[in-house]
Amino acid sequence: MGIFLPSTPEERQEMLKALGLESVREFFRDVPEEVYREEALDLPAGKSELEVARYLKALSEENKQYQLILRGAGAYDHYIPSIVKYIPAKEEFLTAYTPYQAEISQGILQSIFEFQTMICELTGMDVANASVYDGATAAAEGVSLCRSRKRTVTLVSGAAHPDVIATIRTYLYGVGTELKIVPVKDGKTDLEALKAMLTPEVSSVYFAQPNFFGQLEDSEALIAAAHEAGAMVVMGCNPISLAVLKTPGELGADVAVGEGQPLGMPLAYGGPYLGFMATTKKNMRSLPGRIVGETTDANGNRAFVLSLQAREQHIRREKASSNICSNEALCALTAGLYLATMGPEGLRDAARQSMAKAHYLAAELAKLPGVTLPNPGPFFHEFVTALPKQDEVLKKLDEAGILGGLPVDGGLLWCVTEKASKADLDKTVALVKEVLA
Amino acid sequence: MKLIFEKSRKGHSVSVLPPLDVETVSLPAGMDRESALRLPELSETEISRHYKELVDQVYGVNNGFYPLGSCTMKYNPRIDEEAAALPGFTGIHPLAPAEATAGCRKVLEEAGKLLGEISGMDAMTFQPAAGAHGEFTGVMLIKQYHASRGDVNRTKIIVPDSAHGTNPATAAMCGFDVVNIASAPNGCVDLDALKNALGDDTAGLMLTNPNTVGLFDPNILEITRLVHEAGGLCYYDGANLNAIMGRVRPGDMGFDCVHMNLHKTFATPHGGGGPGAGAVGCKAFLKEFLPGSALMGDNAPIQVRSFAGNFLVVLRALAYILMLGREGIPEACETALLNANYLQMKMREIFTPAFDRLCMHEFVLDLSDYKKETGVSALDVAKGLIDRGIHPPTMYFPLIVHEALMLEPTETEDRETLDRVAEIFAAVKQQGIDDPESLHTAPHKAPIGRPDEVGAARNPIVRAEL
Amino acid sequence: MEHLNYQFSRDHEWVKEEDGLTWIGISDFAQNALGDVVFINMPEVGDEVTAGDPFGDVESVKAVSDLVSPVTGTVAEINEELLDSPELLNSAPYETWIIKVENVTETEELLSAAAYEEFCETEA
Repeated sequence: MGIFLPSTPEERQEMLKALGLESVREFFRDVPEEVYREEALDLPAGKSELEVARYLKALSEENKQYQLILRGAGAYDHYIPSIVKYIPAKEEFLTAYTPYQAEISQGILQSIFEFQTMICELTGMDVANASVYDGATAAAEGVSLCRSRKRTVTLVSGAAHPDVIATIRTYLYGVGTELKIVPVKDGKTDLEALKAMLTPEVSSVYFAQPNFFGQLEDSEALIAAAHEAGAMVVMGCNPISLAVLKTPGELGADVAVGEGQPLGMPLAYGGPYLGFMATTKKNMRSLPGRIVGETTDANGNRAFVLSLQAREQHIRREKASSNICSNEALCALTAGLYLATMGPEGLRDAARQSMAKAHYLAAELAKLPGVTLPNPGPFFHEFVTALPKQDEVLKKLDEAGILGGLPVDGGLLWCVTEKASKADLDKTVALVKEVLA
Repeated sequence: MKLIFEKSRKGHSVSVLPPLDVETVSLPAGMDRESALRLPELSETEISRHYKELVDQVYGVNNGFYPLGSCTMKYNPRIDEEAAALPGFTGIHPLAPAEATAGCRKVLEEAGKLLGEISGMDAMTFQPAAGAHGEFTGVMLIKQYHASRGDVNRTKIIVPDSAHGTNPATAAMCGFDVVNIASAPNGCVDLDALKNALGDDTAGLMLTNPNTVGLFDPNILEITRLVHEAGGLCYYDGANLNAIMGRVRPGDMGFDCVHMNLHKTFATPHGGGGPGAGAVGCKAFLKEFLPGSALMGDNAPIQVRSFAGNFLVVLRALAYILMLGREGIPEACETALLNANYLQMKMREIFTPAFDRLCMHEFVLDLSDYKKETGVSALDVAKGLIDRGIHPPTMYFPLIVHEALMLEPTETEDRETLDRVAEIFAAVKQQGIDDPESLHTAPHKAPIGRPDEVGAARNPIVRAEL
Repeated sequence: MEHLNYQFSRDHEWVKEEDGLTWIGISDFAQNALGDVVFINMPEVGDEVTAGDPFGDVESVKAVSDLVSPVTGTVAEINEELLDSPELLNSAPYETWIIKVENVTETEELLSAAAYEEFCETEA
């Protein structure tokens, strides 16, 4: 038998015979001789499961697992409750296809419907889609849905995540929309500069709250300026922070997007992650991607279906606003499960603890000689320090199993989550102090 | 079934975090959330049972036969899951220093090398998160290539009318005009139509081969030659790569770039609609246009998502390729072709094949005549199959066949299963003759009957009322 | 029947002149072919429409079809009732206008009701 083949070569020979064929080569009769390969590819010989398991384990051990991660910048090390790891691994959830056949996919569909509802609750928006690939593509799809024939410029805050900016730039390059970067001042979007850039051609403004540097933007002022100029606002959000921060819905944003990874997904070297998108009722039909709707079946029972499909690529083809035809269903299920496990109180607690511990670390580091916090504004769970001997500090922490802040323009960008204890943070500060002494 | 919100009881909770051990801080005035946070409140037992109820209403490929044409629903090996759960992979921050991520980078490098060999490409990116995302990336390579040469009048992408809807949608997303060309009667590219469409405004061609009806286009070398002669590039949609892997390489057929659906061909789980991974490979001359991460310092001209892509999906695909190896890759492919042809042979006695000849990895049935005779549609038959315990085939695709059912059994089914499936199709066919009404209203044994999709679209309810 | 006074385009729109405006809707044949209409995308008041070009589209659950304008002119009114009740296009296609156009400068060659009926028979 071959690897993962349930039939023996003899059985397959019998099947060939039943087809009246001599060899599997005959299936390739339409393939031009010059491109059919008789000889094997330059691949290693197949290995047993045991060998592959050992090999991958060994590769995983070539990575360094830190005891404490004080780095965020778009990938956040929150605690993942055990049940949140266990349930999505169930084989049915794991190996099902996109739920086109609603009658035998109610479990997936309902999990997405519940996810959509929770994203609406978190963001304060009216409608959410079933998710997109990640936070950066959610932002890019978000500004894309604001485009109009008459408004051909998109403004993006320079204080947004560099990967988000680059992804938006790529999507807009595709369709020929102009992107302009709003300058940064003191670690935040420069409001005055934004106002000057808000010409009648601007379709939307994207900014993140908290922004890439962890700073809390003056969202109200940014949104008011954009709306006054007739532009829409796409607001990038950290979903954990939404438990305590004023929501995009309360602030009057037109589209809320974000990276859902903090909601129960591991760091995993960058993916799979989860992009969430929510908007107002008015813009519902402009949302890209899958949307699950509630309806009834022929007997009047509650039923869920993939709805509003006529917006999508398989029907609209070249007139669709996006080509996306999947979502990150298992990640959406994970996020819904995480939010149910944490509950309203638990999520607020994770947000408050992350924020309190980040402030504790910032304050303790700032007491050290030569350490300053260059950005004066309020922050959530990330902040920048300017400090001498940056490389040595990181090396010292690394040796102690601590992943320190990320080197960015202006210093180190630190992140603290609820996972860090006071003792962890005190130890970190003591190590930094040793280097600076 | 009750929603999780309807099971919520005030004060029920799961104990997860220790108490805060530093001083609390408050947000500046005016920044606090004002509205209630109405997440469900449940104990861990209640959560566990809720998801048990949900999982009982899901059907996965590891649970049973799943002949979705064009989706390559093959068995998803458990070893992949074990690898993807290793803490030495799950706990790695994408922005950790290079020496701390050596293992992850080796995974990507090795997967890139192996997939490059399988596809006949020189360079690979794993940033795209899905097949459609890979298409976007691939067509952006074409766009950048022409732009880099100042060849700015190449504004058109040619797509055959049998193509998946993502192809024209992708071309439009990249700012190209789409030229749809009609297929020849055998479902392959009509060379005259292609020649008429080609010109100095051609940016490229998007093609899958074997095509969406499961036939290998015998003119493939002529097709790619014509496109290149006109100055365009050729993009290979890897949706059907399982039909040729190990025996034919897109690179050898004249394609310049390709996406591969790791969640189809390389057996990573679909997860109910994602996460997948759409690895994109290209020839050396396009390498400089591949995407990368700005924050990871890749210094790439474009970026299609954050960081390095769906790493854990790539890891699963690597585990799969390593196990199959140089013998197993073509063997899997050939067995997929054998299974498809065997099932088509069995089906020929039941329904009419749209193209009655040897197929590649999938084939299409045309139920137009059956519908005329019985009034039972392809949709009705699909729903009848649910009552008999198998997942329906792909329906109404490709668009060039009416009343289409498209079957792709893949290599991970045995003969007994295929024989049994043919019997089930025959039984459903007979049911449609004896009692068509029972199929118009099928399924009868599923958790729900047919949903009211018109009502759902006219009056969208897309979130729960709390 | 009132609609016998309407004129028709080969793209299955009906046209009538009333109150100095050109009213446009879809024919009974069109609504039948579409099936249950679930949504309609319409232009905005003030938009220009061009004879032979789409001015919007109608969605059924699994299909979308362009609405092709039989005239060139400026959109004077849109039927906002359709945003909430697209099913009116199915239940009363001839009583349900979609847009009203003013300043019409060009009109496609249109068919009489009888000629349109014949045309539909050849289409079907």
